[in-house]
Formats: sequence, C-alpha cells, structure tokens
Amino acid sequence: MSRIRLATAWLGGCSGCHMSFLDLGEQLVALSGSIEMVYGPLVDAKQVPDDVDVALIEGAVANMENLELLQEMRHKSKLLISFGDCAITGNVTSLRNFFSVDDLLTAVYQAGPGSIPRSDEDGAVLPELLPRVLPLHQVVEVDAFIPGCPPEPERILAAITAIMEGRPVQLNEDQRTFG
Amino acid sequence: MAAITLTINNELIGARQGQTILDVARERGIDIPTLCHLEGLEEVGGCRLCLVELQGSPRPVPACVTKAAEGMEITTHSDKLVEYRKMLVELLLAERTHTCSICVQNGNCELQTLAAKLGIDHVRFDYLHQQLPMDASRERFALDHNRCVLCLRCVRVCDAVEGAHTWDVRGRGSTSRIVADLDRPWGGSTSCTDCGKCVQLCPTGALFRKGATVGEMIKERGFLNRILERRRLAAQRRSA
Amino acid sequence: MNWVELVELAESVVARQQVCRLRLLVCCGTPCMAAGAEAVVVALKEKLAELGDPADLELVSTGCQGPCSRGPLLTVQRPGQPELIWQKTTPELALAIVEAALQQEPLPEQDRLPEDWPFFTRQTRLVLANSGRIDPESLEQYIGLGGYDSLAQVLIDMAPDEVCSGVVRSGLRGRGGGGYPTGLKWQLVHKENGPRKFVVANGDEGDPGAYMDRSLMESDPHRILEGMAIAGYAVGAEQGYIYVRGEYPLAAQRLRNAIKDAEKAGLLGSRVLDSSFSFRIDIRIGAGAFVCGEETALLASIMGKRGQPRIRPPYPAEAGLWDCPTLINNVETFGNIPSIFKIGPEAFSAIGHGKSRGTKVFALCGEVVNNGLIEVPMGISLREIVFDIGGGLANGAAFKAAQTGGPSGGCISAGQLDTPVDYENLQALGSIMGSGGLIVMGQQSCMVDVARFFMEFCLDESCGKCVPCRTGTVEIYRLLSRICNGSATNRDLQHLEQLCRMMKDTSLCGLGAAAPNPVLSTLRWFRHEYEAHVEERRCPAGVCSMHELPVHLLGEQLLQRIAASRSDGEGF
Repeated sequence: MSRIRLATAWLGGCSGCHMSFLDLGEQLVALSGSIEMVYGPLVDAKQVPDDVDVALIEGAVANMENLELLQEMRHKSKLLISFGDCAITGNVTSLRNFFSVDDLLTAVYQAGPGSIPRSDEDGAVLPELLPRVLPLHQVVEVDAFIPGCPPEPERILAAITAIMEGRPVQLNEDQRTFG
Repeated sequence: MAAITLTINNELIGARQGQTILDVARERGIDIPTLCHLEGLEEVGGCRLCLVELQGSPRPVPACVTKAAEGMEITTHSDKLVEYRKMLVELLLAERTHTCSICVQNGNCELQTLAAKLGIDHVRFDYLHQQLPMDASRERFALDHNRCVLCLRCVRVCDAVEGAHTWDVRGRGSTSRIVADLDRPWGGSTSCTDCGKCVQLCPTGALFRKGATVGEMIKERGFLNRILERRRLAAQRRSA
Repeated sequence: MNWVELVELAESVVARQQVCRLRLLVCCGTPCMAAGAEAVVVALKEKLAELGDPADLELVSTGCQGPCSRGPLLTVQRPGQPELIWQKTTPELALAIVEAALQQEPLPEQDRLPEDWPFFTRQTRLVLANSGRIDPESLEQYIGLGGYDSLAQVLIDMAPDEVCSGVVRSGLRGRGGGGYPTGLKWQLVHKENGPRKFVVANGDEGDPGAYMDRSLMESDPHRILEGMAIAGYAVGAEQGYIYVRGEYPLAAQRLRNAIKDAEKAGLLGSRVLDSSFSFRIDIRIGAGAFVCGEETALLASIMGKRGQPRIRPPYPAEAGLWDCPTLINNVETFGNIPSIFKIGPEAFSAIGHGKSRGTKVFALCGEVVNNGLIEVPMGISLREIVFDIGGGLANGAAFKAAQTGGPSGGCISAGQLDTPVDYENLQALGSIMGSGGLIVMGQQSCMVDVARFFMEFCLDESCGKCVPCRTGTVEIYRLLSRICNGSATNRDLQHLEQLCRMMKDTSLCGLGAAAPNPVLSTLRWFRHEYEAHVEERRCPAGVCSMHELPVHLLGEQLLQRIAASRSDGEGF
C-alpha cells in the first residue's frame, strides 16, 4: 500500500498546532511508514504538489497570502482538515475583527513608536489583510475538524488513525472541545 | 400526587402529576440538554435547548416548563431536534466572543461541554465579534460580557435566593446586557452582597472569581438546593 | 343615563342632523391633516361664522374617511341628495362648494370623486362604519349613529354566557393577526373563576405600513369602549385596559376624552346604563417596543414589568394580569363587537368566506394608486383589493408582490392574486392575515431587499429573551446583507434556509416564530431572485448594489488589480 501523502500549512496562527503535531514524538516514527510528508513548514518542499491526500491547515484566513495558499491546498488535496481552533473558529487571530483594518494598521504602524513601514505597493511588501479574519470553512469546503488550542497529540493521532483506516474523521466527545 | 402515564421515545413511562417533561425524562436517565434551566431557579425557557417534540403540537415544546400529562407522546432526540440544538449552541458561540483558549473557564465551562456533547466541531454562522466591555470594578469578582449567554441564572438567583436583585437586563435583542444596579459599574453597586451565588451559577466565564487560575475555576452549584431545602424546613418549623 | 334616555338622545341627534341644509365633513385624519385639512376647516369655520353660524349648517371634523393619498377629503351631505366627496380639497374649493350649495347651484366638479368609485363601493364597512362620518370627540354623534345601543341591548336582554355564544355564532376571529376564535376566548375567560378578571384591548400596532388600529382609535374611540364594555359584561370583568402604542398620542388623547365623556354619561364606570354592571377603562401607554404587541409581553408591560413574552401556557385567559383571568383582544376585534350585536351574529357571519367571517380592515399602501384605509369582506380576492379598490399600480406598472402581515407576514406573488383573502389561505401561501398591513410592490422592488428590510426590523425589535430570535435575526440579517451586496455563496443561501426553519420552530413567542416568514415566503415565490443574486451576482430589480465579492473571488480581484497597475506603469 502506498503511503498517505500529507501536507500541512500554517496560515494565521501561532504554529502551536504544528508543535503539537511534533509532540507526537516517537509515534511520528511509527507513522512514517504509512505517511509521507509532502509539503508544509516541517518539510523542505518549495511548492504544493498536485496530488495531496490529506491537508492539515493550521491558522485562520487573515490575509491574501493565506487565502491563496488555502485555495491552492483545497484544489490539490483530496481531504482538507481544519487543524486547531484558529482554523476552525478564528480564535485569537480573529480578535482583530473588533477593529477595522485601517484603524488597526494606523494604531499599530503609524500612531505607535518607530518609523512607518513602506506600503502602497499592492501587496508587494506584505500580503494585504482581509477585512475580517475568517475560519477556513467560510472560505472553502472543509472535510473534517480537529479542535483544540492546540489540539492535543492524542486528537491528532485519532484523526490520522481514522484516515489510515479509511474512516471519516469524527473525534469523540471529549476530544472535540474547543480551547 | 396522581400518577400519570406518558410515552417518551416510544417507551411507556409513569410520572407524577405536576412534574415537567424534563423532570420525568431525567429521572429515567434520558439526557435532554439544558442551559438556562437550573434546578431551584424559576424557569425562563429562553435557551430552547430542551425542546422536545410533542405529538399533536405543531411546534416543539420546552421540556423545562411543559408539564407532563396523561397520554403525552414525546420524542426527545429526533434528527430535527438534534440539528436544532446544534444550531442553537452554534448561534450562542457566534454571538459573543467565547474564544475558549483564552477563557478563565476553559475546561470547566458548560457551553464548551455542551458544544462538544452536541457534536459541534465548527460553527456555521458568522462570529459577530461584538466589542463588549468587561467590568472588573468589584473587588472579588469580575463580569466579562463577551462570555455571557444571557441565561439569566445570575439575575434569578440574585433576586429569588439572595434577595438583593443586583442584576437585571438592559437593552433588547442582541444588544441585551446584564447590568448591576440600574447599569452602574459592579464595583459601585450598593445592593450587591458579594455572596458570589451568581458567579457559582454562571455557566460560562462571564462571571468569575478574581485571582484564581484557570485550573481553580471549578464552580460549585450544590449550595443552591442546600439553601432552598433549609429554607423549606425553616418555613415548616415556623408554621408548625 | 338609561336605555330610554339613550334612545331619546339618539333620536334627537338624528332629528337635528336631518334638518341640516348642508353638512360638511372634513377628514381630519393624520394624512389629511398633513395634506392641509386644517386650513380647510378654518376657512369653512370662518365662512359659517360670517353667515352667523346657522343651525342648519354643520361642519364636522371627522376621523379617517379612507383614501388617504387623496386628502384633504371633504364629504358633503344634503337632505334628499346623494352624498358627494371631494379630494385634494383646498380652502378655495371648499368655499366654492359651500357657496354653490347655498345658492342651490350645481356643485363644482373639479376634484370630485365619482359616486360609483370602486374604492368606496367595493368596501363593506362595519368596523369603520362611523369612521369619517362623526366627530371622534363627540359622544353625541356616536350615539346618533346607534352608538352604545348594542351595549344597552346586551345588558338588558342577554345573560353573559349568551353574549359569549353570540360572539361564537358570529364567527369573529382575532383581528390582531392570530385569528383565534374570539367567542371561544370569551367563553374561556367567562368560565374561569377568579377574584377579579380583566379585559385588555391591544392597541400596540407596530407593523411597518400599518395604521388600521391607530385610525380606528382616532376616528371612532367609543366603538372600542363599547366593545370592551360588552366584553367586560360577558366575561365578568369590571376593569379594562387599553394599551396604546406610545407613538400614538392623538389616539390616546381621544380615547381618554371618550372614556371621560362615557363615564359622565353613565355609559362606563359604576352602574353602566343604570344596570348592576360596572366597568372602568384605563389607558396604558407603550414605551416603543414592538414586542409589547405580543399578548404576554403586553400584559407584563401593563403590570410595570420588562415587556418580554413568557411561555404559554398558562394563557392569559387562565392567568393574565396579576395572575387573574384576562381577556385580551385587538382593538379592531373589539371594534367588531358593537356591529355584531347591532346586525345580529347571524347577519355578521353571513359576511365572509370559509372559516373567516365578517370583514377585515387593511391599510393599503405601497405602489398602489389609491393608498388608504379600507374594509373589505373576508374572501375578497387580492386582485379586487389591489386593482378595483386600489386602482392598480401607479403609471400602470406591473404588479409583482403584495406583502401582508408586516414583519410576521410574507409576500404573495402575482400568481396568487385570485386567492380569496382569509386566514387559512394567506397562511397556506406562507404569509398571514396579520393585523392588516398590505403593501403593494411593483417590478422595481427587489424581494431579497424587502426580506432584508423586515429582518432588520425584527433584529431591532427582538426582545432578546430566547436564543433563536435574539441571535437568529442577526445572523439571518447578515446573510441577507451578503446576498444584497454580492458577496454571498450558495452555502450562505443554504444556511439562510436552515436558520429560518429553525427559528420558526424554536422561538419562544409568536414574533420570533413568524420573523422568518418574509424570507421564507420570498424564497418560495421569488427564489429565482435569490439565485440571480448569488449565482449571477445580479439584482434583477436593479436595487441592490452588488459591489462586493465573495471571499473566494478576492484573490482573482487582487491579481487583476496588480496586473492593471503594472500595465499602467505604476508601482515598482
């Protein structure tokens, strides 16, 4: 049997979900027989391959870069999973939704100390912020959800095990709490 | 009390006249989710989670206030009800900013547990991100409106059990807000006795004890029925 | 006053009116006042004063005469001659009419409404029988048209349970919109044992575009008092309350005056018409919450509590005001009562259609030619209302939809125009009879936008007690806004329907349960408009701005913008 081609992505989040993935520790070694990491912050691939089996997406959709990467991942993956609370609820990343983007940028970059960074170059310097931070499922179809901030390694393992066994990813009650 | 017989989920069940559908179901171990309901407090019927289907009724009825009656045929967990309950809790999660990961009540929260129990792994609706204030002006307790689900347990317990009626509601619709003493900072409230009953009964992290860690935020609810029972006994003694 | 004195007074009023050479009835309803009725009244008053105020010339400032968009209206009555009505009356025109009438010359034809005008001839006026024909501030004029005669008859000839069964036989149903059989409600309250009972009239009309209740209270206040007194006698109550919307100060004032006059005349208060029945009525003024039109919220408000609905049962008939049995009906329902006992329950129930008997008052507005207040027999078709009475749409535009029942109702499309209007039919079409608002819309109206308007109204007016209404209205409004601004997806449309159904089934009170009706009914009859917005990003009526993009298209937009700025030689 060929290995499952797994890609991960890190959108608007703290990378804690990826850390939690690494916290699977030696189980990762056991999993490596059936899983091949083909893209993501943990591996060295420069481009998203065309044939991803499973994509684990951490973080919320906060800017244009997040949006494009998410759309590309969706396009190229058979199964797309919202990985952690930021991807599912917006979580801390979405707390900026209390403010308008203009107010926020002004407060952070102009009203604050230091020099004003370059701007007005149509996304050439920093990706343009979306008006509101969105959870993944408000942008693309999402097939499964692994809640948690971060999701404990046990939750991640439960999800991956389900995939390996060809079952739908549906965590049980005590493994699907937010937070 | 007169005995009655009704059917819940196709099972014949005996009950006493005057019991609510919720009482009867819980006695039989049938788990109907609730949020605003709390034994010992006057019912509000606002969270709508305990809705059950009653044969002959065009719309589901709230189990917490509907009295069981002879011959009723009740369904507690149809596909439709399960879906409605999910949507209702999703609406609550979207209404205010409940971000569990940074909540004092994380891990001991009724809303969080309820969501997981109902199978909610994401919220379909827009998070409203209403920017609401936090009132930390009281010495021992604080109120975070962002976590309030407007179940009114605090209002009811303060009025009916503590007798202070510090809490009430201002505004209407989605702008409703719990207020202390005609809408002044809680710290300036003269009616509040600092008894903490509201804090203990609050299902979420809206009302919390200051200076406690997340791990210590376990709320104790048993006092309510102990107080009410002692009052009942005292009243009996007085009348005897 | 006893019955004999009442009858004598009525006869003397009629006799006095009959010898009048000329009676001038100027409509002083709010729309006519806005159009300049006061100047007409002043001019006519001066004219009569000039003539020495002869007893056979009478000027009456009346309540609403009906075709509100054509005000100020002037009705002229002369003995032995057909009654004539002028529209858009100016002081000059009014004076010319008086001159001509006094000189026995032909009256000016300018702006005179035809005698066989369908707006009037197609109506059946029971509740509005006196509206526009009497001075609402005059008890005498009400008595002159047979006022308080029904009350007298009932007190003398009928036992309370006979009154209840009379209302049952009439087939009258709640005119506030619910359509619950009125007689049944009366019987329930009659049978209850309580130390005290109450009668409450709901005058907290709040639907956008509806003003039937206001007009009735302003134009014929005694009719409501009489209906309530009959109800009080029938159910065994000695105290009534009229809950008047806070925005209706004139209605409240007129009712207050009417109560005072009726009490002075012994028609209300202790020992009504020298019988052993006593009945007092007090006014309670609302504070601007739409939800207080819901009966349990209204009762809470009367008792000085926060105006929020509570779960029924217990129904007000068992435990209403201060837990006493309480009869609560809409003011229009009470307005029907004197008519029922005047013409007899059987004659009343002969009017109507199916299970809906009698008439219904509608506030006809929107893009229809003849805006105004109308009363039609149940069972009349929407087509007759819109095209015969209403005169069709302005400039001959094509009819698109009619909205009935305000924010609790729905839109009915052109295909359903021939359906007889009654409680059951309107409900089957996804709307409701409602309190009587009827808004006619042409092709220029976007149905999604209309649904959004009503949802915004409900969002504003939700009391906040139950979750589905408090939060559901906000989420539904957001989805509709997205559809209207072009950023919605098919998923949004799906969520919209799910939320609406859930809200309908789970809300605590009738307002929340009915709030999705405008959305559900437009989804049912005008789904193609929703689909055009979402799938083609196009508003067929050209109303919505459609200026935003769904988030999944934002990336493409950005790339295009960058490409454009590069080819312009800007940037880098």
